[in-house]
Amino acid sequence: MILVVLDHDGNRLKKASLEALTRARRLGEAFGERVAGVLLAEEKAPLEEARRYVETLYTAVLGPYTAERWAAGILEAAKGGAKAILAPSSRQSRAYLGRVAYALKAGLLEDTLDSWPEGGEVHATRYAYLNRVTQRVKAALPVVLTVKPNTTPLAEPLGGEAEVVPLAVPEVPTVEVLERLQEQRKGVSLTEADIVVTGGRGMGSAEAFRLVEELAALLGGAVGATRAVVDAGWRPYAEQVGQTGKTVQPSLYLALGVSGAVQHLAGMNKSKYIVAVNKDPEAPIFKHADYGIVGDVHQILPALIQAVKKLKD
Amino acid sequence: MKFVAVIRQVPDGESRLRIQGGRVDLSGATLILDQMDEYAVEEALRLKEKHGGEAIVVGFGPERTEEALRTALAMGMDRGVHVVHEGFADPVAVAEALAPVLKEEAPTLVLTGGQQADWDSQALGAALAEALGVPVVAWTTALELEGETARAKHDLDEGAEWVRVRLPAVFTTQQGLNEPRYPTLPGIMKAKKKEIRKVEAHLSPRVVLLSEEIQEKARLGKILDGKDPVAAVEELVRLLHEEAKVL
Repeated sequence: MILVVLDHDGNRLKKASLEALTRARRLGEAFGERVAGVLLAEEKAPLEEARRYVETLYTAVLGPYTAERWAAGILEAAKGGAKAILAPSSRQSRAYLGRVAYALKAGLLEDTLDSWPEGGEVHATRYAYLNRVTQRVKAALPVVLTVKPNTTPLAEPLGGEAEVVPLAVPEVPTVEVLERLQEQRKGVSLTEADIVVTGGRGMGSAEAFRLVEELAALLGGAVGATRAVVDAGWRPYAEQVGQTGKTVQPSLYLALGVSGAVQHLAGMNKSKYIVAVNKDPEAPIFKHADYGIVGDVHQILPALIQAVKKLKD
Repeated sequence: MKFVAVIRQVPDGESRLRIQGGRVDLSGATLILDQMDEYAVEEALRLKEKHGGEAIVVGFGPERTEEALRTALAMGMDRGVHVVHEGFADPVAVAEALAPVLKEEAPTLVLTGGQQADWDSQALGAALAEALGVPVVAWTTALELEGETARAKHDLDEGAEWVRVRLPAVFTTQQGLNEPRYPTLPGIMKAKKKEIRKVEAHLSPRVVLLSEEIQEKARLGKILDGKDPVAAVEELVRLLHEEAKVL
């Protein structure tokens, strides 16, 4: 069995889950193993949608997310003899799969760009050294791997409806969730967006991000922020791009008033095209930019919005 | 009480990396205590200062890792344990090598960085927690001890939460948790005399590193003068539309 952790937002499967499924089917075909899904939920899960993508669907409603509960749920599903466990790459998945991999003494391949069967083992590529180096790695079965979003074609439904197998997940020692601090985000998800518009300290204020939001919405993209901006309380942590935030790899990354610290570059240096706007011509971001404007972001950004509107007309 | 920080030595993020024989060659790079692990060291020191007891640094890596252990000792950690291993190791293997040391020390809590700046792994804390059979709190930004438990704030993929956890537990650390102190000169002098116990790593690597290459994408570097914002922006949009074809 190849087991796929189907990540979701309560209503729909995440696109990255369909990417993980594509990777899983490739391993399933090569190793002659069926592909099963595991759908874990705090309260609610997109059960009907998930049933269309796999032959067997293990499910459990576990209450507030903790790495321990999720690891226990996956280990319970894996008892069916999982040769490989795949999940979309996220901070949370790397925490619960770290537990799962140790429990199964399996090779853990994190944040893979691609993965394929070879000689009875699983090979993969991934970034290392703060996204500056590409590694090729391999692991024997059983293997646990996370799939970097936006790397893989989306799986199509199978055309049937999976048998649903409720899991009896044992109680495990875990943390007690006292208070969830939810951040309301609008628009497309940052890690899946094809265009990301990031504002840095140079934006000067939380209010100035209204224009960043406007440009992102106009381009059908997502808003990003630097650590300094999040620390200043101008934007929520969920929007932070960088080593201590999210890693993104869109077609177009706009860095507005961003200086280009190493920690920020680590989160976006693989973007296809990078555009920088900064009034300091010496800002390190320009060394990493395909296109740039040396100028005041407060003048450039409104002009940019107008120019994009003109282009769209 | 006993507070353990698990650390590694990694290249400085600004260091130039070279490839030699299909592997990253660190011989010319500046090597430092992983900055994510620095938050773990600082937090262990603060917990010890507040609650008493002992602060221990446990390092994993080749001989040179002793430099990073000395840095942590110079910051104020009481003693060190160096689990010696040459070359790449996956988080499951690292946790396997560290588990006997941590079990023997039986710490009140264990801290380690949220992500390694060389192997880009975020899983060591979780793997360590599994090895010890205790809960993990990932990406911690606030931590307070309350008797037998700890109250912590940590980041999720979306948002954050407050949790309470019975100790012992593993916490992964990041920017925002604290501001790491610099080693002082007396601290550096004292660190030279502090004990570092060497332990040979016993582990079974599950992941084999086949090759590494640097893929710093060559950037176009077309930088426009923004003195006339409208003209500069029109040229930028034209380039993005016609040349890059991303708009």
